[in-house]
Amino acid sequence: MSTTAAESLSPSQAAWRRLMRHRLNAWALWFLVALILLCVFGPALSPYDQAQQNLELKASDPGMQHWLGTDPLGRDMLTRILHGGRVSLEVGLLATAVAAVIGVVYGMVSGLAGGRVDAAMMRVVDILYAFPFINFVILLMVVFGRHFWLIFVAIGAVEWLTMARVVRGQVLALKNLEFVTAARASGAGFWHIVWKHLLPNVMGPVIIYASLTVPGVMLLEAALSFLGLGIQPPDASWGVLIREGANAMETYPWLLLYPGIFFSATLLALNLLGDGLRDAFDPKSMARC
Amino acid sequence: MIRFLLSRLIQGIVVILAVITITFTLSEMVPGGAIRNERNVSAETKKAQEEYFGLDKPWITRLGLTIKHYATLDLPDSYHYKGRGVDEIIASGFPVSATVGLAGLLIALVIGVPLGAIAALRPDTFEDRGSTLAATLGICTPSMVLGPLIAMFFGLKLRWFNVAGWFDTSDWVLPALTLGIIYSAYIARLTRGSLRETLAQEFIRTARAKGAGEASVVFLHAMKLACLPVLNFLGPAAAGLLTGSFIVETVFQLPGLGQFFIAAATNGDHQLTIAISTFYAALIVGFNLLVDILQAALNPRIRLHA
Repeated sequence: MSTTAAESLSPSQAAWRRLMRHRLNAWALWFLVALILLCVFGPALSPYDQAQQNLELKASDPGMQHWLGTDPLGRDMLTRILHGGRVSLEVGLLATAVAAVIGVVYGMVSGLAGGRVDAAMMRVVDILYAFPFINFVILLMVVFGRHFWLIFVAIGAVEWLTMARVVRGQVLALKNLEFVTAARASGAGFWHIVWKHLLPNVMGPVIIYASLTVPGVMLLEAALSFLGLGIQPPDASWGVLIREGANAMETYPWLLLYPGIFFSATLLALNLLGDGLRDAFDPKSMARC
Repeated sequence: MIRFLLSRLIQGIVVILAVITITFTLSEMVPGGAIRNERNVSAETKKAQEEYFGLDKPWITRLGLTIKHYATLDLPDSYHYKGRGVDEIIASGFPVSATVGLAGLLIALVIGVPLGAIAALRPDTFEDRGSTLAATLGICTPSMVLGPLIAMFFGLKLRWFNVAGWFDTSDWVLPALTLGIIYSAYIARLTRGSLRETLAQEFIRTARAKGAGEASVVFLHAMKLACLPVLNFLGPAAAGLLTGSFIVETVFQLPGLGQFFIAAATNGDHQLTIAISTFYAALIVGFNLLVDILQAALNPRIRLHA
């Protein structure tokens, strides 16, 4: 990037430029935008309902009527994949939001409190890292039934640990900087400083880390649904579809392949975008572009 | 060092106590109750069964009893597999999970480390891009997709291995391959990143300046430091691998710990649920400790302190 251009850009504009400079990142972003639009509006535009069975069309091949074929119950695969994608993306985003809220609050309290409170709160995080969380999530699913809201709350409740560490590190670095001292000296209250000065500066790393959390969360949801403990049929998520596909793969391999391809492509795009965001906002990488 | 070990030991005990308490409380809440009989039994029989397992006592007494069981290593019987101790069940499931996990870990290292190292040694070449692409694809292929595909190709098409079950001596191959490919992708990425960073450091230039050969620079000097992030990842990963992946054990229908855990959780088999969770937690604690000690041994700048 030429230095003259950089001088007139705000930091976020410069980061955006660095992000979109790499063609792969731009593709990943457009793919995700297209996918989200398709998953949100696709099921409504489709002439089929995702749960509507048509037993005359058992596992038909892809064709003009059903672009990606039908499953053994005659349900349109494309509609089911788009509907399932919506569920998977919703769980991914909502669970990440839950994790982000818990992580930001915990990390800010710990970083702001400092001293013994901070040490104790971080020790708790250390201890929680050693928990077999997947076992807890499985138990939670068995105990409370397989509600949609519980899935993302349970996943969010176990994914916040690293977020808390990231936020705490940021707060520790920020809270003694001159602009915060200046704000305090000019009479700003505690909440004003937290809200107007600390939170906006913490959001960058939070967004970057959150974008890297989404694919992990989606994998966890798919794993739960695959084990039969997540989203319950006839409702669909990608995990449910992959489970159904894996059961029928001997005779109808595409039932596994199509949802698998959608899922993998989405994970790929999310990972590329997350890495791209991290590089774009990372001061160490600024020199490289 | 002693203080470090002592503080870690205390932390480990806290983890295990917390895991027992949480799993105990959660599994108490599993709908359907703990005692399930296949036939209808009279109320007295059911009451006798509950008394036998101590289920008539209050919550806190039972939690205390459970903790006492684990403290004295006198483990209770399973509710579901009647007459079998939970330790017997773990002893039957763990070898399956551990065989698959260990083989998977070795496959992951054998593929992942060279793949990442080649990419780091030849930055921005075809080899680098190719191996990075392969690693990214590996990370984005979930085991529930890769596992069935591997089963379909090597099992159904080539007929080299069984698709499911744990009967033949070769039944570990396909599940281990699934785990190995996925973990190798993470290991390759970590190796590439950290080896590249290490090779740019001053002490590498010093090693080159004093005339060390390229092989010695890479393997003796750089790798020692570059494997730290990989080790950091491998600690929890190894614990997860050895105790079995829920997905892979489901895909290949292996009688491993993961399968026992899911069955126990859904059957209301509290004792087995608690036992397997505690076993997992103990392994995680153990592997984290091992990683800390190895890291201190490899990097003279790391000092262990409480």
